[in-house]
Amino acid sequence: MSALAAAARIALIVAGKDATAELRGRQATASTAFFAALVLLLFGFALGPDPTRLAEAGPGLLWLATVFGGLLTIGRLHQLEADDGALEQLALYPVDRRALYAGKALAGATAMLVLGGLLLPVVALLYGIDLASAWLPLSVILLLGAVGFAAIGTCYAALTVRMRSRELLLPLLMLPAVAPLLLAAVKATTAALAGDPLAELGSWLGLLVAFDLAMLVVGTAGYGFLLEE
Amino acid sequence: MGTRLLGILALVAIVGASAFGLFVVKADLNQGDAQRIMYVHVASAWLAYLSFGVTALAGLAYLVRRDLRFDAVAVSGAELGVMFTAFAIWGGMMWGRPVWGVFWSWGDPRLTTTALLLALGIGYLLLRRLIDDPARRATRAAVAGLIAAVDIPIVHFSVEWWRGLHQGPTIGSPDKILNPSAPGMFVAALMFQLLAFSLAWGWLMLRRYQLARLEWLIEEEGRLGGISAAQRAARSGEVAT
Repeated sequence: MSALAAAARIALIVAGKDATAELRGRQATASTAFFAALVLLLFGFALGPDPTRLAEAGPGLLWLATVFGGLLTIGRLHQLEADDGALEQLALYPVDRRALYAGKALAGATAMLVLGGLLLPVVALLYGIDLASAWLPLSVILLLGAVGFAAIGTCYAALTVRMRSRELLLPLLMLPAVAPLLLAAVKATTAALAGDPLAELGSWLGLLVAFDLAMLVVGTAGYGFLLEE
Repeated sequence: MGTRLLGILALVAIVGASAFGLFVVKADLNQGDAQRIMYVHVASAWLAYLSFGVTALAGLAYLVRRDLRFDAVAVSGAELGVMFTAFAIWGGMMWGRPVWGVFWSWGDPRLTTTALLLALGIGYLLLRRLIDDPARRATRAAVAGLIAAVDIPIVHFSVEWWRGLHQGPTIGSPDKILNPSAPGMFVAALMFQLLAFSLAWGWLMLRRYQLARLEWLIEEEGRLGGISAAQRAARSGEVAT
């Protein structure tokens, strides 16, 4: 039990370090949130001014914008390690690699939560969707989506971080892999906003939980190999 | 020599199975000649999943044993996987146009899953191409392969639900023909083609593996600044046919 507590402490320290760097002006979250909000605005242009159509497409557009913004967020969280050669230092610490993964994933999930939290009101405003009535299920979906995206993204970012074409490679690898997460999150959001008439919200949340758990297990097992080199 | 024999055998089997499927078996009453695509389509799809399965397992073996020969198996599987996946999708679309009326149907979960599988496979190969160091490439590719291997069942499951929770399947599934009620000749043609394609797959895997080992030798040679002819002969003996 004490080993687990120690690992949790290391994870919190790693995540805290990322949060400090972020708060001191690295702006991975702020600038990507702005980018994602712009994407939402442009989706409005692409779909035309019809309010019903926008409201219908809202959940899908919200999650697409979150995924696009998330790719940048996760990439930048790892870039900040590689830029200063900090990744090697991190790998040299005599601690469990799984704890390091948990820390980076926690930082990623937090950043994703902030990103999603900033985008929700934008969607509500731009597409005229009433979010207040479904705030609880929406928060749960956002949390599960953020954890899943960070769990898989942390691995892919570590895979690509020291490569020249990482900006291209990270989305190429990640976009097909997050398809089930996107699908489940959009479906769950649509159901939650409609008041869950078909009682399917639970199934989609279950799918999100399954995705999160599977990716956390693979990430915990695989991340250490990526730091090794 | 054994590899060449296998190749000839695979070629003969494919010609034989194709001739059987094209000329001996009668056309399907509902789908007409388009149904004949199914024989190669199902065979390709099966080999696509088999190839990626081999890639994931070989990657895992590499992470455990740190032997680059496993990595050579992994890259062979991935390349064949991408080829057979593309072939399966292409065949499915050629079949879909006359039978369903569309090239692409979002109502079919298998099609969507296979498209994502193709994307993951291409990403895997791209990742490999961009890393120069063999050990680093093998490690990263192995992890990427494992993530994809865990992801694909979830993809399939989610797409099946996505379609299933809202609307029932509107179009008949492509492999209804596999039902026991299907005439024996159809099943025989499919089995024959499956066997022929699997033989060809085995031959391609062996050849690609040998090629991967040779590529590795050349890379090694470049890194070590040349090795003696005797060493080269000794090493190439290891990968000779």
